[in-house]
Amino acid sequence: MYYAVIIAILATMVLALARALLGPTVYDRVLAVNMLGTKTVLLIAVVAFFMERPDFLDLALTYALINFIGVLAVLEFFRVRAQRRQAEQKKGS
Amino acid sequence: MTLFIVIFLLTMLVIIALAIVQTTNLFAAAMLAGIFSLTSAMIFFLLDAPDVALTEAAVGAGISTVLFLGALALTAEHERAATAGRLAALAVVVTIAAGLFYTSFDMPRLGDPAAPAHLHVAPWYIEKTPEYIHVPNVVTAVLASFRGYDTLGETFVVFTAGIGVLFLLGQAPVGQPKISPAMTFAGKAGLRHYQIPRVVGRLLIPFILLFALYVQFHGDYGPGGGFQAGVIVAASIVLYALLEGEQQARRILSSGMLKVLAAAGPLVYGFTGVACLLLGGNFLDYSVLSSDPVHGQHLGILVIEAGVGITVTGVLISIFHSFAARGSK
Amino acid sequence: MAMIVDVLSWVLLTVGGFFVLVGGIGALRMPDLYTRMHAASVTDSLGAMLILVALILQAGFTLAAVKLAATLIFLLFTSPTAANALASAALLAGINPGLATPSRQEPRS
Repeated sequence: MYYAVIIAILATMVLALARALLGPTVYDRVLAVNMLGTKTVLLIAVVAFFMERPDFLDLALTYALINFIGVLAVLEFFRVRAQRRQAEQKKGS
Repeated sequence: MTLFIVIFLLTMLVIIALAIVQTTNLFAAAMLAGIFSLTSAMIFFLLDAPDVALTEAAVGAGISTVLFLGALALTAEHERAATAGRLAALAVVVTIAAGLFYTSFDMPRLGDPAAPAHLHVAPWYIEKTPEYIHVPNVVTAVLASFRGYDTLGETFVVFTAGIGVLFLLGQAPVGQPKISPAMTFAGKAGLRHYQIPRVVGRLLIPFILLFALYVQFHGDYGPGGGFQAGVIVAASIVLYALLEGEQQARRILSSGMLKVLAAAGPLVYGFTGVACLLLGGNFLDYSVLSSDPVHGQHLGILVIEAGVGITVTGVLISIFHSFAARGSK
Repeated sequence: MAMIVDVLSWVLLTVGGFFVLVGGIGALRMPDLYTRMHAASVTDSLGAMLILVALILQAGFTLAAVKLAATLIFLLFTSPTAANALASAALLAGINPGLATPSRQEPRS
């Protein structure tokens, strides 16, 4: 029962990695990282069940929240970069 | 099945590493490094090392990416073209890699029961932990009690790293043009424009802190402990700084307070050791802290894990503020 | 009773896995950034929730189920939020969605 789900999640991780490597804009890469994060959470939850070690679920919860904070940090980085470019353009023109 | 997943993930690691080396866009490299840490955390988890996996996930994929992005916000985004000396570098790397590969044949196979690590050291710890310390998580017992001296050194290393960063980045250099706070990473504007993440983030921060407390005190029974809890608290303060602006975050946890936290950790740890000396035992021999030796061990582990958590929190948040408060060039 | 729980969790796991896979394919094959975001984030949230509910059903009334429920609620809150924040950031940065019939540019706020 768990094999199919694990294979589906691993396949999706490969697809998300492909998007991270290909993605023309930076937002594609951020999307791919977010997807990989959620898939990791799911993989840890399913494998923890599969290996009959349910105490490892703290790991899934930690990673879910770290993923969220990481995505918001990336967006802050973009905002700073966009503002700096605007300021430079204003100074240049 | 787990072997198949591990081999698959190791292949992914190789692909990600090749992509990181090949790309010249440093932002893409930072994101891919985050994915790399994530995949390594999965591999550690599958190899039955949950404490390491927890720390790697929290530090490598979370805080590390945030700090890289903070640094990238201050510097250029594209790698400079490589200068001379590439052939020499390649030769050195190939030689060292060949040497490592050659020595790896002499190492025992993974999980070999006849390996020296499994014959002498590990069985002793596994046998003696229920007798001396009586906590279910042997990793915490080894980390905090049997090898407590090493962990004391680690706490001092974390503290020294924090001091190093504060020396290098703590003050803005003289003669810098003043830039508006809205243009710094997690500056005055923060993510104010994004209402939904703000509401959801503020809703979640108390629960993240509660979870960090749970991880701190649950280290005896499951994966967790001081390091991981410190990283999660730092992550929650970083989240607050991203949502409300870094100056607001400084108002709730001032730099002075952070320095006190960073210094208090090793002090608490050291004083526990000295208290053990004063009570008649060896340095960091927690059995003398209470009338019942096992209870004394529990007490000692509790106090030093708290020390470790406090240090990691103070240092990581200080490092984040050092990056975020710095202006651009 | 146990049979019903088993069958139900098996069905939920399969459907969840299917959604996750579809999301991955969508993220790779869709033509435009926003369509990719839509595919990835909607199926992400839904597939994750289905899989976690299936695991909770398998776990019964134990501590593991409580931890899974906490992860589920957390993902329920943060996954759509992250997708929203990402789409807002992309729109504010000036990446316009590709339209079938080109219209005049909307003024950016």
